[in-house]
Amino acid sequence: MAVATASAAAAPPASVIPASIVPLRGLPIVGAVLVGLVVAIATDSHWALNFFHVSGGGAWTALDLFLGLILGPIVRTMSPQARAEFTSRYMPKMLLIMPTLVTMTLGSGFQLARDFGFLDTSYPRHGWIVASFILVGVMTTIALGILNPAGLAVMFELRKPQPDVMLIGRLMKRYLYSAGITGAMQVATLVIMTRLPT
Amino acid sequence: MSERRVPPVGSLGTLSMVLTIASVIYLAAYIPNVPPLGPAIGLMAAAGVVLAASVVLLARARDFAWHSFKLVFGWALVAYIVIAGMLEYVFLYDHTRGGVLALMTLSLVSFTLNVPLLLGFGVARHQPA
Repeated sequence: MAVATASAAAAPPASVIPASIVPLRGLPIVGAVLVGLVVAIATDSHWALNFFHVSGGGAWTALDLFLGLILGPIVRTMSPQARAEFTSRYMPKMLLIMPTLVTMTLGSGFQLARDFGFLDTSYPRHGWIVASFILVGVMTTIALGILNPAGLAVMFELRKPQPDVMLIGRLMKRYLYSAGITGAMQVATLVIMTRLPT
Repeated sequence: MSERRVPPVGSLGTLSMVLTIASVIYLAAYIPNVPPLGPAIGLMAAAGVVLAASVVLLARARDFAWHSFKLVFGWALVAYIVIAGMLEYVFLYDHTRGGVLALMTLSLVSFTLNVPLLLGFGVARHQPA
């Protein structure tokens, strides 16, 4: 009974629950970004590739750091009601934004690295490039294996008439901790990326 | 609410991803040269075995929210086929050929199946059967 009361108290207002898990209005923007990325790679435009890599990588890094180190600790101190309301507004947007930023950054970055000869084993700082591959690999595993499934599961739970507050709390804790870890790893990525041209 | 007992699909899927990513990093570290393909083949084979094991375990699961799983898996699969298609385009555009292209394509197949599996399972394990 206590759980049911707590669940009802933590349920977000009906007006906050989105009609769909993924915000459909954002899909054309994502589509446009992906088409732009394909064109940038196909035309080998260094300006466009740099634009996608720098803007995507900057936004990805900033979002990870902001979520892991600033927003995460704040959300952990919120009431269940406020946390549920925040999550129901925040998660759908992140489901579109993060995969798009990651695709932008990695797709354009790989092409730039190839064009500039950074991938070549004869490149003097090739070890740093391989280190960045490993970092991206670890972050990808955390994001796809822990972060995204937890975020999606929270969204599905929030859409139930009686969301399980304890489950949402556990999933959000997992989400925020893994975001914090990837945020910390982004600092290492920044060290590598600034080390390459200097 | 206690969680149902479910097969370790999440852990196995993540392990399969780690093996796939390790294979890709090994190959990418040697670009534009072609390294001995044995280690990459071994890693991809292990990734395939682990992925197959997680699929078999999931198929045998009882009291599982298959409707939720199929919903999330289906849409995620569509999204990741698009992403994998873009990556395959980059490999072809960069003149990747032969055994390396075959291994990179297999890694994309693994990625395209693993991610929707992880997302679908991550959601469905918390949904009523």
